[in-house]
Amino acid sequence: MAENNPFPGENNTGHVWDGNLRELKNPPPRWWMLAFWASIAFWIGYAILYPMWPVGQEPTQGVLGWSQMKEYQEGLDQMVARRARFEDQLAAMTPAQIIEDPGLKQYTLAAAKVLFGDNCRACHGTGGAGNPGFPVLADDDWIYGGTTVKIQESIVGGRQPAMTAHEKTLTPAEADTLAKWVVQMNETVGKGGSDEGWALYKTKGCTACHGEKANGHVVDLPSGDFVTVGAANLTDGIWRFEPGGYDSARHTILYGVNQAGVTQTRNAVMPVWGPDPARQGQAKLSAEEIKKLVVYVHELGGGY
Amino acid sequence: MSTSNVIPGSAAVDALYDEAEHWHVNTGNASIHAKRLHGRWRTIKWASAGVWLIFFLGPYLRWDERQAVLFDIPNRQYHLFGVTVLPQDFWMLSLLLLFFAILLAVATALAGRVWCGFFCFQTVWTDVFTWIEERLEGPPPQRRKLDAAPLTRDKLRLKATKHGIWLAIGFFTGFSFVSWFTPAPSLWLEFFSGQANGAVYITVALFTVGTYLLAGFLREQVCFWLCPYARIQGVMLDKTTLVPTYDERRGEPRGRFEKGEGAQQRTFGDCVDCKQCVAVCPTGIDIRGGQQEGCITCALCIDACDEVMDKVGRPRGLVRYASLDELEGKAARPLLKRPRVWVYSAILLLALSGILHGLSSLDALDLKILHERAPLFVTLGDGSVQNRYTLKVLNKMPEPLMVRISVTGPPGLTLVGADAPVSVHEGGVTAAGVFVKVPKKNLTQEQAPIRFRVEAVRPNGQVIASERTSVFVGPPR
Ligand code: SF4
Ligand code: SF4
Repeated sequence: MAENNPFPGENNTGHVWDGNLRELKNPPPRWWMLAFWASIAFWIGYAILYPMWPVGQEPTQGVLGWSQMKEYQEGLDQMVARRARFEDQLAAMTPAQIIEDPGLKQYTLAAAKVLFGDNCRACHGTGGAGNPGFPVLADDDWIYGGTTVKIQESIVGGRQPAMTAHEKTLTPAEADTLAKWVVQMNETVGKGGSDEGWALYKTKGCTACHGEKANGHVVDLPSGDFVTVGAANLTDGIWRFEPGGYDSARHTILYGVNQAGVTQTRNAVMPVWGPDPARQGQAKLSAEEIKKLVVYVHELGGGY
Repeated sequence: MSTSNVIPGSAAVDALYDEAEHWHVNTGNASIHAKRLHGRWRTIKWASAGVWLIFFLGPYLRWDERQAVLFDIPNRQYHLFGVTVLPQDFWMLSLLLLFFAILLAVATALAGRVWCGFFCFQTVWTDVFTWIEERLEGPPPQRRKLDAAPLTRDKLRLKATKHGIWLAIGFFTGFSFVSWFTPAPSLWLEFFSGQANGAVYITVALFTVGTYLLAGFLREQVCFWLCPYARIQGVMLDKTTLVPTYDERRGEPRGRFEKGEGAQQRTFGDCVDCKQCVAVCPTGIDIRGGQQEGCITCALCIDACDEVMDKVGRPRGLVRYASLDELEGKAARPLLKRPRVWVYSAILLLALSGILHGLSSLDALDLKILHERAPLFVTLGDGSVQNRYTLKVLNKMPEPLMVRISVTGPPGLTLVGADAPVSVHEGGVTAAGVFVKVPKKNLTQEQAPIRFRVEAVRPNGQVIASERTSVFVGPPR
C-alpha cells in the first residue's frame, strides 16, 4: 500500500477513502497522555487502598481497612454520642420534669414524633387526631386522666374498658330516651339532659361506671384525682365513638363495649406497651421510649 | 491631516512591514505573544482592570468593629456594611443576579463584549500576566526567541522568576477570595500558622493552580473554547451594536504602502496591510475578517490602527467602534427608539427596586407560622375549638431577645402556651408551639383569619415587632 500512497510523507497509515480521506498517526496531545497515565495510576492506588478485587467470597480489603459498614457505624456512633447529652439527662427525669425544661422538651418531642408515628399513629392518627373508634389524643378529654402519670399508666399497662350490652335489659323506648339524653348532654356540655333521661340514667345502673355526675368519675378523691373504670365522660362535647349523635349513642348503649359474644359490640382496646405478662414480661417499648411518648401525647394539646 | 505628496512617517511604516511577517492569525498551535502599545483604549483597559483592586483590598475595609463585607457561611450571616442579611432574605440574591445578568445583556447589546474586553477576570489576569512576561522577557520577538532557545542558566532564571510571580498572583487571588468569607486579618495569622480550616487551604490551592494555568497558559483559549458567554454573545448583538470594527469600505482593497508613495498615487484603500491590528490582538485574530467569536472587543486594535493611520497620514478610525448599520451607511437608530433599551432598563429598574425595597424593609424580627394540619382542629370538652400553631421567630438583631407572642382573631379566643416570652438568640430561630381556643358559637366561618404578633424590646429600649396572618379552622358548617 505504502508504495502507491497518494499522500506520502504526511504520517498517514496508508488507509485512504474516497481519494482523500485518510487516517493520520498523530500522537494524542501530551496533556491527554498525562491524564491517561494519571488515571491509571489513580486506579492502581485505589486498588491498593480500598476494597476492590472480588476474590472468593470477600473482596480484597485494601490497606486502609475502609468499609462502608464501618463508615456507617462511625456515623451512628457519632449520632449516639451527640444525643447522649440529652439522653443522660432524660434518664433521671420524670415526664413532668421534662416538660418543665424547654430544651429537653423540644428534644423529646422531636424524638417521640418518630416513635408515635411507628407505634401509635395507626390507631390514634397523625398528631393524635384520632380515628373512628380510637380516641383523639389532641383534645382535653381524658377518660383515664390527662396527667403525665395517668398517661404513662395507660401506655405501660394498656387499657381495656367494658360496658355491658343493654340490648336485653332496656326496652326500646328506654334505650331511645337514654340515647336522646346522651345527645342532649353532649350538645349542652352536660347542662341540658332531660329529667326522664336522668331518671333512667340513675335507675338503670349507669352511675356505677359513668358516675353520679355522668362525668365518668366513679369517685372523686380529695387529692383531685379520680377513680374510673374507663367509662366515657357524658358531660362534655366529645364523643368517644365516632360519628356520635343519636344512632351512634344508641348503638353503644344496646351492644356495649368489648362484650364477648355480642357481635355488634364496640371494640376499644389499648394494648400493653410496657412489660407484658402475656409475653413473659417482655415490653414492646422501653421505659425511655414510653417516657418520651408520654411527653409527646401530653403536649399534643390537651394534657393537664 | 497631511496634504503633502509624500506621506510623513514612511520610515516608521517600513519598520512595521519588517516585523509584519511575525504576526499571524491565531490557529491555536502556538502561544500568542501580543504586542503592547500605548493608546487611549490601553489606558481605559488599565483603568477598568483596576476595578479588581476592590477584590484584593475590599476584605480589609472595616465597619462597626468588623469586616465591612463578610459572607460568614458557618454562621449563615452576610454582612454588607451596616446591614446583616440572613439566608431568609436570600430572595434578594436572585434579584441581584438578575440585575447583573441583565446588565451584562444591556452592555453587550449596546457596546458588545464590554465585560470580556475590559472587566473579565480571565482577560484581566491574562493581561497582567503577559505584562509581567514582557517586563521580564522583553517584547514578543524576544520572547519567541527565548522560548525557542536552549535552556541556559539565564533562561532558567527568567522563567523561574516569571512563574514564581505568576504563582504568587494566583495565591493572592485565592487568598483574597477566601478573605471575603473568613475575617481577613485573622486569616493571615491562621493561614500561616497552619491553623486555618482545611477548606481554606484547598480553596487557596485550587485558586493558585487555576489562576496560574488559566491566565498563564490557557489564556485566549479559554475565550475560544471554555467560556459559554463567548458563545451566547452572538445572539445578543444586533446591527445597531457598537463593536470594534474594521471599516471595509474605507480600507479595501488593502495594499502595501510603497516607498515614496503619495496620497494621490495610492490606488488601494486605506488599509496598508501592516498587520498591526493582528499584532496587538490578545486573542490573535484579524479584525479585518469582520465580527467573529474570537473578538473580545478589547479595542486594542483601534489603538494600533490609529497609530498607523497617523503615520501614513490618513484619518484615524479605520478600525473603530461602529455598528453594522453604520458601515452599511444607515443612520444609527437613536438609543431611546430601541425597544431592547426599554425592556432591559425596565428589568434593571425592577430588580434594583426589589433589592432596595428588600434592604430597607429588613425586619428585625421575622415571623413564620405553621398551622398544624393533623389534626386541623380539635373539639375540646367544653365545646370550644382548638387550633395548634408553630411560630418560628427569627431574630436578626445582634443580641438575644425575649419575644412576646400575642394574637387577635375571632371573638372570645384564648391563647394557650404563650404566657412566658420565648428567648431567641441572635441570628437564630426559635420555634414556639401555641394553642388558640375559640368557643364554637363564635365561629362564623370554617376558616377565620387570625393575626399573630411578636414583639421584643431591644436593650436600647427600641421596640421591634412583626406580624403575620394565619387561619383558624373550625368544624365544617
Ligand atoms: S480584534 Fe481587536 S478588539 Fe477584538 S480582541 Fe482583537 S484587538 Fe481586541
Ligand atoms: S487595519 Fe489598520 S492596523 Fe490593521 S493592517 Fe490595516 S492598516 Fe494595519
